[in-house]
Amino acid sequence: MNSNAQDTASTEGQNDYSLLQAERGSSLWRDAWLRMGKNKVAIVSLVVFIITCLLCFGFAWFCKDPIQQNLTNKFAAPSGEHWLGTDAMGRDLFSRILYGGQVSILVGLVATFVAVTIGVTYGAISGFYGARIDAIMMRIVDTLLSIPFLMVVIVLQAVLSEWSTTTSKWIVENWGWNKEFTNRATNVLPLFFALGLFGWLTLARIVRAQVLSLKEREFVEAATSLGLSKLRVLFRHIIPNTLGPTVVYATLTVPGFIMYEATLSYLGLGVESPNSSWGILIKEGANYLETNPQLLILPGILFSLTLFALNFLGDGLRDALDVRASKD
Amino acid sequence: MLRFIASRLLQGLFVLFALYTITFFLAKAMPGEPFTTEKNLSEESKAYQRALYGLDKPLLHQYLIYPKNIITEGSLAVSTSKGRPVKDIISQSFKVSVVLGLSALGIAICIGVPIGVISAVRRNSWVDWGTMAVAMIGICVPAFTIGPLLQIFIAANLPGIKVAGWGNPQDILLPAITLGLSTAAYLARLTRGGMLEVLSQDFIRTAHAKGIPASKVITRHALRGGILPSVAFIGPAFAALISGSFIVETIFQVPGMGQHFVNAVISRDEFLLLGVALFFGFLIVIMNLAADILTGILDPRVRITGNSSK
Amino acid sequence: MRITNILCLLAAALLTGACKEGETAVDRATREGILIMGNTSEPKGLDPHIVSGVLESNIISALFEGLVVAHPSKDGVALPGMAEKWYPTDPQRPDEWVFELRKDATWSDGTPLTAEDFLFSFRRILSPSLASDYSFMLYYIRDAEPYHKSQRSFLTCRNDESFPVKWETLKKVDFGPNEKGETDFNKKGLDHLNAEQIRELEYDPSLFQWPESVSQAVRQILLEKNLEFAESGKDLWELIDFGATAPDPHTLRVKLNSPIAFLPEITKHYTWFPVPKHSILEHGRIGDRFTEWTKPENIVSNGAFILTSWKFNDHIQVERNPRYWDKENVGINGIRYLPISNLYTEDRMYFDGQMHITYTLAPELIEYARERYPNQVRNELYLGTYFIRTNVTREPFTDPRVRMAFSKAIDQQSMITNVLKGGQKPAGGLVPPFGDYRPAKTIGFDPEGARQLLAEAGYPGGKGIPEIEFLTTDKETSKANAEALQAMWKDNLGVSIRIRQMEWTSYITTMFEKDYGLAAGGWIGDYMDPLTFLDMWMKDGGNNRTGWHNEEFEALLKKAGNTGDPQARYRVLEEAEALFLSETPILPLYWYTRNYLIHPDVKGWDPLILDNHPYKFLRLERNPNLSEQNPNP
Repeated sequence: MNSNAQDTASTEGQNDYSLLQAERGSSLWRDAWLRMGKNKVAIVSLVVFIITCLLCFGFAWFCKDPIQQNLTNKFAAPSGEHWLGTDAMGRDLFSRILYGGQVSILVGLVATFVAVTIGVTYGAISGFYGARIDAIMMRIVDTLLSIPFLMVVIVLQAVLSEWSTTTSKWIVENWGWNKEFTNRATNVLPLFFALGLFGWLTLARIVRAQVLSLKEREFVEAATSLGLSKLRVLFRHIIPNTLGPTVVYATLTVPGFIMYEATLSYLGLGVESPNSSWGILIKEGANYLETNPQLLILPGILFSLTLFALNFLGDGLRDALDVRASKD
Repeated sequence: MLRFIASRLLQGLFVLFALYTITFFLAKAMPGEPFTTEKNLSEESKAYQRALYGLDKPLLHQYLIYPKNIITEGSLAVSTSKGRPVKDIISQSFKVSVVLGLSALGIAICIGVPIGVISAVRRNSWVDWGTMAVAMIGICVPAFTIGPLLQIFIAANLPGIKVAGWGNPQDILLPAITLGLSTAAYLARLTRGGMLEVLSQDFIRTAHAKGIPASKVITRHALRGGILPSVAFIGPAFAALISGSFIVETIFQVPGMGQHFVNAVISRDEFLLLGVALFFGFLIVIMNLAADILTGILDPRVRITGNSSK
Repeated sequence: MRITNILCLLAAALLTGACKEGETAVDRATREGILIMGNTSEPKGLDPHIVSGVLESNIISALFEGLVVAHPSKDGVALPGMAEKWYPTDPQRPDEWVFELRKDATWSDGTPLTAEDFLFSFRRILSPSLASDYSFMLYYIRDAEPYHKSQRSFLTCRNDESFPVKWETLKKVDFGPNEKGETDFNKKGLDHLNAEQIRELEYDPSLFQWPESVSQAVRQILLEKNLEFAESGKDLWELIDFGATAPDPHTLRVKLNSPIAFLPEITKHYTWFPVPKHSILEHGRIGDRFTEWTKPENIVSNGAFILTSWKFNDHIQVERNPRYWDKENVGINGIRYLPISNLYTEDRMYFDGQMHITYTLAPELIEYARERYPNQVRNELYLGTYFIRTNVTREPFTDPRVRMAFSKAIDQQSMITNVLKGGQKPAGGLVPPFGDYRPAKTIGFDPEGARQLLAEAGYPGGKGIPEIEFLTTDKETSKANAEALQAMWKDNLGVSIRIRQMEWTSYITTMFEKDYGLAAGGWIGDYMDPLTFLDMWMKDGGNNRTGWHNEEFEALLKKAGNTGDPQARYRVLEEAEALFLSETPILPLYWYTRNYLIHPDVKGWDPLILDNHPYKFLRLERNPNLSEQNPNP
């Protein structure tokens, strides 16, 4: 960072004010952005992801009903009416893929959001207060990490499925929400719950390590000597500086969760029928590999493309933001 | 060093105990019983079966007697869904899982590390992106797609390689590839990151300036530091391979341990569940410890007793 | 350079090794006379008295043989097994049967097999401590049920002439375990309390809740009798007059609770198979469950094959029993069972030439298989019905018109053709067709009639109907079925139901607790008689789960039980079924068929409705000329 500041200073002219400007301007974020620009694949990936989101969340509303069965028109080839043909129950494949994307991407984003919120707070507190508190908190993380994730999800599904039906009924009765939407939401909740429960663990570790090293830096000393409360220092100054690895990790977690959702769908623990997610579509398609491979390949392509895009994007961000601290 | 190991083992014991408590109560919280069958059993039959497995005793009693049996008899109880001692089930399936896991790990290393190195050296070029794309197949295409594809295109066409089954050495190939691809992705990413960090350091520039050929710079000087993050990852990765192989096991009919994690929950077989969960926890503790020690050996900057290890 | 050369050579060698045209597993097995069968999953054991699944019975029927053997191609016909002759003592009222055992029957270790082995086996499966799943298959035998359920009160009091009241008045007493009992003792059941607990109860009567109608005097007598027996340390076996006896070592007499004309059919079930008394007692007591007698090195059996190897999760192999009485007529040398749970993997293995017979055939692959291997796909009727239970205690299914409307709104044929694709038969009623029983034809698709009924019941066009939950499992096929039904009810009745998928154990538990509106389910017959489908709908039937019961129906069943003539009996049962169907507590969908793949090398395998093929009649022959039958084109 220092060298960049000097370069800019030397090319832009030299009064003190502009030096200050230049130093602040050439922040972590600006450098990162410049570096990203060189990374063509990352830019392309970002564009691909944005297009996918637009398709799934925007264009989807104009497409056919993904649930409408038509048992006389199964496995149809692509036509004007069904752009990508139909599936085993005569449902329009194109719209099923788009609606499926809604669920999968939403699961990925929401679960990541939950994981990031918990993880950053937990890791920051643990790293900041250090010593015994840190030791206890990290041992808790270790314990949770050693529980086989799949097992917990299955158990949670079994335990929470009853809970979700009763809650859903209660919400519809007392808050008057739309029944179908509430049912869909509460059905996917245990999934989020389980993913969130485990997704934050590694992030907490990362943030903690960052905080531990940042804690010793001069600006923290400066802040505390200015009389800022510990919490304020933590939230206003330290955490923002951990955002680099956090953003990277978050971007890489989204595809991880999308993949988890697919795995859970394979085990029959995903979303309720007749809704679909990419995971369900791929799983159903895999059964028809010998006979109608397009049922697997078409959703599979969009699924993998999105995941590749998110992964490349995350890697690009890491390259840009976090070259030195290359953890996991 | 010894103190370090001892204290970590002690901590590991606490972790296992916490794991036991959580798993025990999770298992009890699940609706249904191990003796739920479609053709309804009479109340008497269910009562007899509960008594047989000690499930009619009060909760606290059950909670305490299980660890007691482990310590005094080395017994992990009998599985309700398979009718055999849990210890037998674990020991038999673990052998298979180890072979599968190690093979998958080997494949992952052979694919992931070289790709990581190459992409780091040729950063931001088509070589970088192309090889990384190959490495990422494992985390962008689900295993239950890769598996059947391999079955149909490779196994069905090569008579020597079976579609599924476990018994001959060549049966390991397809399942290990399917399983190892996801780990390969992480290894590639870690290696790439590690190499990038090392390559940007001054001593590398010095080596180049001294006229050492590029390949030697990479292998002799950069690699050792570059693979550090991967080494730390290998421990938990191995444990994860063993427990997460359920999908590969069902597709390729491999009698490993991964399926027990899932099937035990489905059949409400709490003894098998506890046995497998504790075994897995134990594995993780040992693997983490081993990985940390290995990191300490490889990287003199990391003093094991410090906090700076990841 | 040398190293890379060597590596290339190595790779080439491996590749050619992999490409070598060799024998497939099936080729080799046919040559050796070993039949390779897919058997879906690891068996929970091989003890006929402990297991309860179809896959276990496939193996057990190779190892053990019962009184009679199934005919290889004709349902409902019994061939001699351990018994050479069998007959009821009174053909008009067949409530006692005699089985004459063959004198040359031995176990695989040479020990002679006698009627004692059968008595031992019956007693074993009824031993409470064994906790068998299937003991109820023997409840036909006199006094079997009271012994198995340890009905101590009943057994100690029934012969007491001075007992003050009729036993029926005590129906509500918690003799047996009651999960919803108010006190701990109620949960255990009076008959299961030990002496100490009874004495506690005498001190403090509040520990056990009695129904109001039972007088103090009667309570006192019951407690005394129970205490006396508990303190005596005797086994309840001594109190009963068990229906099975052995007048001599080669004769078995079985006295039943009521006349059963089809008893030989029941004895085909493995719960009636003999187990080796001498071998079991070597490894434990009669009621011990976890003994080692079924381990490959210990197991002794009397069937056409003996167990030679059991590699967990890999395979189970049985081979010829040299001491089998009919060994000259056993056509194959052995059987290897592969526990493959993933349907698609199993089918792909079949296509790859790794097994002779699959356990099943994935619906998605049926057409594909029919095209490629036309003679190898089998579609056979199976003794089972898939139906949907209605919860008659919950609106709107309290009204039989609504139930009937829902049944009529299902286009069974369309479901079978488009969703199930297994060539199942639309169910005209509950009991599938077999033998001389005339299957009902009352259930069918009638959307107009359905709408009319629904309107009559007060929900015209589906308006105002309360929310309905459809409970089903999380299997792929269940999901497809549920979605298709959901669409049909919406299109034909205007009713939107909600699908609730649960994984299996939760689904069973929820259904048992009657926490559903509609529930998918099915029933597979245990033996070849319509009764196995009809007697579950009695009032307190453990498998009823709908809340429906009907006195007239039960009276008809009882009447059938007392009818000796098989044809007349069938007519009575048909009447009972007609009554049942008119009330529609369940919505029958289809009669099961089994789809599977079978290699042309297998000869002598004919369709059997219970799929209980006697393996000894099979043969493995390769036809060298017919290469188009080769499954690997």
